[in-house]
Amino acid sequence: MDKIASLLGFLPESVVAIIMILIKIILIIVPIMVAVAYLTFAERKIIGYIQVRIGPNRVGPKGWLQPIADALKLMTKEVILPENANRFLFLIAPLLVLGPALAAWAVIPFNDGWILSNINAGLLYILALTSLGVYGVILAGWASNSKYALLGGLRTAAQLVSYEIAMGFALVGVLMATGSLNLEEIVNVQRGGIHHWLFIPLIGLFLVYFIAGVAETNRAPFDVAEGESEIVAGFHVEYSGMAFAIFFLAEYANMILISALTATLFLGGWLSPFEGLLPASVFEIPVLGSLLGNGIHWLVFKTAFFLLLFLWFRATFPRYRYDQIMRLGWKVLIPVTLVWIFAEGIAIAFGWTPWA
Amino acid sequence: MSDLVPVIPEIFILTMTCVLLLVDLFIKEDQRDIVYWFSLAILASAFLLTYQGQPSERELVFGASFVRDSLSDILKLFVYVVSAGVFIYARDYLKLKGMYKGEFFLLGLFAVLGMMLMISSASFLTLYLGLELLALSLYAMVALEYHSARASEAAMKYFVLGAVASGILLYGMSIMYGLTGTLNIYEIQARLLEAGDAGRTGVAFAMVFILVGVAFKLGAVPFHMWVPDVYDGAPTAVTNFIGSAPKIAAFAMVVRLVIEGMGSLHEQWLQIFLVLAVLSLLIGNVLAIPQTNIKRMLAYSTIAHIGFIVLGVLVGTADGYSAALFYTLVYALMSMGGFGVLLMLRREGQEIELINDLKGLNDRHPWLAFMMMLLMISMIGIPGTVGFVAKLWVLEALIHEGFISLAVFAVVMSVIGAYYYLRVIKTLYFDKPDSELVMTSNWDSRLLVSANGLAMLVLGLFPGLLVPLCVAAFAG
Amino acid sequence: MTFQMFLFYFFATIQVFAGLRMISVRNPVHAALFLVLSFVCAASLWILMEAEFLGLLIVLVYVGAVLVLFLFVVMMLDINIAQIREGFARYLPIAAVAALVMVVQMIWVLNDKVFKASAPPPALPEYNNTEALGEVLYTQYVLQFEIAAVILLVAIIAAIALTLRKRPTTKYQNPGEQIKVKRNDRVRLVQMKAEKNEVEPE
Repeated sequence: MDKIASLLGFLPESVVAIIMILIKIILIIVPIMVAVAYLTFAERKIIGYIQVRIGPNRVGPKGWLQPIADALKLMTKEVILPENANRFLFLIAPLLVLGPALAAWAVIPFNDGWILSNINAGLLYILALTSLGVYGVILAGWASNSKYALLGGLRTAAQLVSYEIAMGFALVGVLMATGSLNLEEIVNVQRGGIHHWLFIPLIGLFLVYFIAGVAETNRAPFDVAEGESEIVAGFHVEYSGMAFAIFFLAEYANMILISALTATLFLGGWLSPFEGLLPASVFEIPVLGSLLGNGIHWLVFKTAFFLLLFLWFRATFPRYRYDQIMRLGWKVLIPVTLVWIFAEGIAIAFGWTPWA
Repeated sequence: MSDLVPVIPEIFILTMTCVLLLVDLFIKEDQRDIVYWFSLAILASAFLLTYQGQPSERELVFGASFVRDSLSDILKLFVYVVSAGVFIYARDYLKLKGMYKGEFFLLGLFAVLGMMLMISSASFLTLYLGLELLALSLYAMVALEYHSARASEAAMKYFVLGAVASGILLYGMSIMYGLTGTLNIYEIQARLLEAGDAGRTGVAFAMVFILVGVAFKLGAVPFHMWVPDVYDGAPTAVTNFIGSAPKIAAFAMVVRLVIEGMGSLHEQWLQIFLVLAVLSLLIGNVLAIPQTNIKRMLAYSTIAHIGFIVLGVLVGTADGYSAALFYTLVYALMSMGGFGVLLMLRREGQEIELINDLKGLNDRHPWLAFMMMLLMISMIGIPGTVGFVAKLWVLEALIHEGFISLAVFAVVMSVIGAYYYLRVIKTLYFDKPDSELVMTSNWDSRLLVSANGLAMLVLGLFPGLLVPLCVAAFAG
Repeated sequence: MTFQMFLFYFFATIQVFAGLRMISVRNPVHAALFLVLSFVCAASLWILMEAEFLGLLIVLVYVGAVLVLFLFVVMMLDINIAQIREGFARYLPIAAVAALVMVVQMIWVLNDKVFKASAPPPALPEYNNTEALGEVLYTQYVLQFEIAAVILLVAIIAAIALTLRKRPTTKYQNPGEQIKVKRNDRVRLVQMKAEKNEVEPE
């Protein structure tokens, strides 16, 4: 990074800074986009295997080029504007879903010091941005001028607002344990091996957070917003072509984001589970050492694990009914978080903080 | 820890109300009396706690945002008494109306908490939050009868106008904060004096906004529009609550904001208060005359009484403030009793709404009619009742400071006001009953109404029971 | 003009524009969206003033929760805009006068000498806005903080008291009961004699 900066030495300093930020953004976004593309492929493959099918295997070797073919197909399709739809909102809605899902990555640490913007209130920033995604869905539902879309939009609004509370409370627990809103510091507090990770003392909040995360992304079994058997496809029933593709992209980008966040907040992000457990000399072995030591590959691995869970859920659970979703959110998850935070507060007050 | 001692009554009420909230959840529909007795017990215990813990001098706690002095204690004691009275009167009425739910008492207790915080506020922030706590509870109480369109309309009006008033008040407070750099009421007074430019325009603007907000909450003319509609539309038990205890809190608001916060600006706010008082006396008394609905009539009479309270305040001396305090406390008791009588009666299964519904009460229930008469003549201010003492004291304070013409005007208005109170008495005693009039209340309300009516006489004959307390409240 | 000044004017202009559009636009959903825009700009301005906690909080609470519910309601309401607009022209002069008075008065008040203070020194790098706020909130302003909590509790109680109506016609599902069901509760086996199909003699 510094080398690139020095290469650009002939430009004024502020321009260099902006260029460097742009490069970093590209470095974050491009891998995410690739990951999204192959996540869709992985989804079809994994669900296929779970259902004892093969899944896509025609395009390219073993179907590897399937996502690219899908993307090309969607790009060349016509974007249909429904009659009497609100043109501007209809077109901007998909971007409103995608924008926050990508912007949230700015504060996620990928490795020691690998972070786009190391701000103090990182956790709050994430919460604020994830709460914005709901606008795209609601507006898509409303602007489509279609009954099914509106129903889907309303269902989503209610669901997201309800689960955001549980999610926020789960994050409060993390904040209390680590004493910081900065994600890098939250990871650093968990240093010292798997038994220092927060998911052990905060197991309840960890589960609540991930369940709420699944609900926030509108994934099965919480996908009443789409509910293809009842309201066709919910809020994006009227979308086609590229506009639909952006919704698709945003959904998967959100899944990756939630997985990465769960990994960062509760499973020590880029930290290795063996840190502190194996003798220090092991980490100095050339290849094996860096594999076992801390590094971005651990974050990727943990994120992949949660993504697998997302797909597994989809293949396993039947869809919740709307009232059951609300019940779970308000009567189970939120009370669990409240009790947990209370107990945690007592533990901290009495100085019983095993994670510190 | 010592910070918590002066707020023990507040903490007690809050904790016990939360306990009551849980109790209410787990009891059966026919055990609702538990909530009723529980809430009375809470108020009684709070009374004892406040009475026992009276400090010898002014105590400021929580970063000087909460004050406890003899004024706050006497106001709080009356708030407990009046609220308990309202609860007692309400019980049978609510039962008959199918509104006998825990929420009435819970919201009432939260309103009491809000009033206590207003009474004890030494900072704009505490005062505003207390006010909102009170107002929010009251809006909900008005709307509790949700299947009635009139109650919903009244709640909506109350809510919108109340929100506007709160906004105006807050705007004034924010200007004042900008100009003085403090939220503390005593500090503001000091800074205004220190700056020596109390007359500058910004301060005047801030003061006007604050006063408009206060006048709204008091229900003084020209900010009285909500009073008759809300009184009329709300279920009578709620009207009784709105008309009594919150007036004490509103008086506390006047004391904290105007007298203690802007005492050095007396010259300026005197003008505004003059207009408020004169208009309130005039409009309140004159518009009460044509009313046939007794709740509306009492609403206009409230406005007139508020005019008297404002008169006491505008004098600007400790004597005037004490008179206004005395008037407020007495008025809360009178109003509670007046609506209480209405709550105890039913005409042909319907609640009392018109003055004519009270026809011939003397033939049916002479004792109740007698109590109502005592309350009414006390509202007129006939010698021998406490209403007379209250009016006399205010007039005395006025004359002492040279507001002779104002005093004469107040007397004339009182005489005009006597007309509509006497009409009620005439209806009670001289009209023949033309339909069934039943007293539906239990022993607790009957006991209370007797005490309430006789208190008018006792306090009227022996004002020394209450007067020294009111004098002491402003002696410091 | 520094970059920060540029940002300030940029966001401030958008905010004023959004505020104006919010009250002038015809469609209530658009109005709500302009309100969202104006909140986002306000949040940006706060962050410019180094109040990042409050800035993010306004996005989280107002934009992310309150206005979503607001939109939710507005979208479901069938608002007759023409009806609402009826009094617009009639009340416009009064409203204009009131607005003018407010503006003049604000200018007047803001011209007061106390508002002519210079900018405070920039915060130290280790200064943490969130922590600083938390510290005063739980010490100096703990009483007010608690009252605010009580107000919210009252709001919950009031909302539930006003909207929770037990309707006897509503049907509930009780999973426990459903699981406990035995075969005998649902199915009754009836023995019936085989009926003879008597053929009538011709």
